[in-house]
Amino acid sequence: MDRLKIATLWLGGCSGCHMSFLDLDEWLIDLAGKVELVYSPIMDIKVYPEQVDVALVEGAVANEENLELIHRVRRRTRILVAFGDCAVTGNVTALRNSVSNVEGVLHRAYLEAADLQAQVPSEPGIVPALLERVVPVHEAVPVDYFLPGCPPPAARIRSLLEQVLAGTPPALAGQDLKFG
Amino acid sequence: MAQKIVIDPVTRIEGHAKISIHLDDAGNVAEARFHVTEFRGFERFCEGRPFWEMAGITARVCGICPVSHLLASAKAGDRILAINIPPAAEKLRRLMNLGQIVQSHALSFFHLSAPDLLLGMDSSPATRNVFGLIAAEPAFARSGIRLRQFGQEIIELLGGAKIHPAWSVPGGVRSSLTEPARQRIRQWLPEARATAIDALSRFKKLLRNHKAETQIFGNFPTLFMGLVGPDGTWEHYDGNLRFVDSGGNIIADQVAPSRYREFIGEAVEPWTYLKSPYYRPLGYPEGIYRVGPLARLNVCTSLGTPLADLELSHFRELGNGAVTSSFYYHYARLIEILTALERIEMFMDDPELSSDRLRADAGINSLEGVGVSEAPRGTLFHHYQVDANGLIQKVNLIIATGQNNLAMNRTVAQIARHYVHGPKIQEGMLNRIEAGIRAFDPCLSCSTHAAGQWPLQVQLLGPDGSLLDEAVRA
Ligand code: SF4
Repeated sequence: MDRLKIATLWLGGCSGCHMSFLDLDEWLIDLAGKVELVYSPIMDIKVYPEQVDVALVEGAVANEENLELIHRVRRRTRILVAFGDCAVTGNVTALRNSVSNVEGVLHRAYLEAADLQAQVPSEPGIVPALLERVVPVHEAVPVDYFLPGCPPPAARIRSLLEQVLAGTPPALAGQDLKFG
Repeated sequence: MAQKIVIDPVTRIEGHAKISIHLDDAGNVAEARFHVTEFRGFERFCEGRPFWEMAGITARVCGICPVSHLLASAKAGDRILAINIPPAAEKLRRLMNLGQIVQSHALSFFHLSAPDLLLGMDSSPATRNVFGLIAAEPAFARSGIRLRQFGQEIIELLGGAKIHPAWSVPGGVRSSLTEPARQRIRQWLPEARATAIDALSRFKKLLRNHKAETQIFGNFPTLFMGLVGPDGTWEHYDGNLRFVDSGGNIIADQVAPSRYREFIGEAVEPWTYLKSPYYRPLGYPEGIYRVGPLARLNVCTSLGTPLADLELSHFRELGNGAVTSSFYYHYARLIEILTALERIEMFMDDPELSSDRLRADAGINSLEGVGVSEAPRGTLFHHYQVDANGLIQKVNLIIATGQNNLAMNRTVAQIARHYVHGPKIQEGMLNRIEAGIRAFDPCLSCSTHAAGQWPLQVQLLGPDGSLLDEAVRA
């Protein structure tokens, strides 16, 4: 049997979920023997490949690039996992929804808090526009499984991956359903 | 007419950073721009929230160095309470920060950069990563994974979680070091130290094959900034700011972090979400300075621990005053791991870490506070203004990676100059640019958000916008 093709990606998050993935520590060495990592911020492949078995998606959908990427990932992936609270609920990344529109948020960071050349970065084709509202992944595309936690502890990630590797639909229970 | 090379992800959605290279009339590289394309707006959405929450929220700026934000935020909170925290709390915060320096530097060296250094910058992109390293150098990879784990476990043993522990708060910390935790750290230390020493000796051997990289990977004069203690010793948690020039001369010393605005200005460019801090007395962009491991080793008088100080004396031979090549960030990082381990070891004999006097209580006694810490990537500032109820009125965060923004742009230009002559892109340039940027270990989560996927498509554009040449790496 071919090794399972796994991808990890990050949208609007803090990379903490990916760090928790690396907290799998020496189990990563076992994992390297069982799966093929085909796309991840920790590697150099730039194009999201076709026919990915499992994708762990960290972060909320916050700008136009995130939105375009997550649609492509959905098309090319069998099992899509919302990885961590930002992906599941929007979490900290979505805090900006409640306080101000996009303009206000940018204004504060780049006009008021700058000393020189105060302006909102906007070079066309270079810096992507922010979405008016940050949304969790399942508001953008269908999600197969939810892995909560900020970040999900490594043991929880391992439990999900082991079930996927065994070919059973992952079921999380008890402590493993905790947010935060 | 000037030309422009754009290095851009294929569909502009794959990554969070881009690079463009501008050519002058003669077809030589005039400047390069490192574009950061993510933005999350912490400075705005924290307004109106109680400052007590800030440590927990701002840790979520970055999952790679959450402890730095936790500490800078708690320290800004200490200032708002206008108290001195109990001595045990300060020591425990220091211990956690040392654990973080170990884990974050181990990540940068073993997981992210060692694949370039050991497997080769031109090796296949499919395996030039930590999984490829596991296959090619299993023992080395395992030792690095375990070194990072050691740092992460120190954080967990103190704070109850490896990432985003709710532990350091305005006034002190939540819990002390338990006896079993102390034992566990003590037992693991010899292995951690052996790994660090082994990595140092491997890196020094590698240097012989990387002469070109040391010359062109961000090798130019700039200022350097970092915290130092009262006698100039390396600092990571407290102390005052010191600036040195590329000759190693001190140009500003013992500057209280609360005065940072007199020395650091922030400029905005239309082409990136990452602001560009500069040394105010020299103006923009002449006030270019670097922070992080290379800078800390350049500004400090000594590291303050025996093995690391010995290594520092070798390091200093690489410069004339200051060490100016950014390729040596790697070397500096390994030396910092060593001093962190030595310091952790010294702490293990300190009974005060088990104290239960951990937190000073107070109300709002000052409407403003600046907290600073040395994050693995450089000096981190949290500046809060609050109202009488402690609700945040204003937040300014100056992040380590941002302060290296100007230097990263210049590094890209320097590497490109080596590989671009006329309207053709030379073989090997993409990988070198990526590796050059990686030497800084930029943490774009911190600045705005995470970026780990790097440019793929380089376009060289003619004066009329027509495509002259293109290079794509899949
Ligand atoms: S869920 Fe938490 S750890 Fe994960 S990206 Fe979001 S803030 Fe970071």
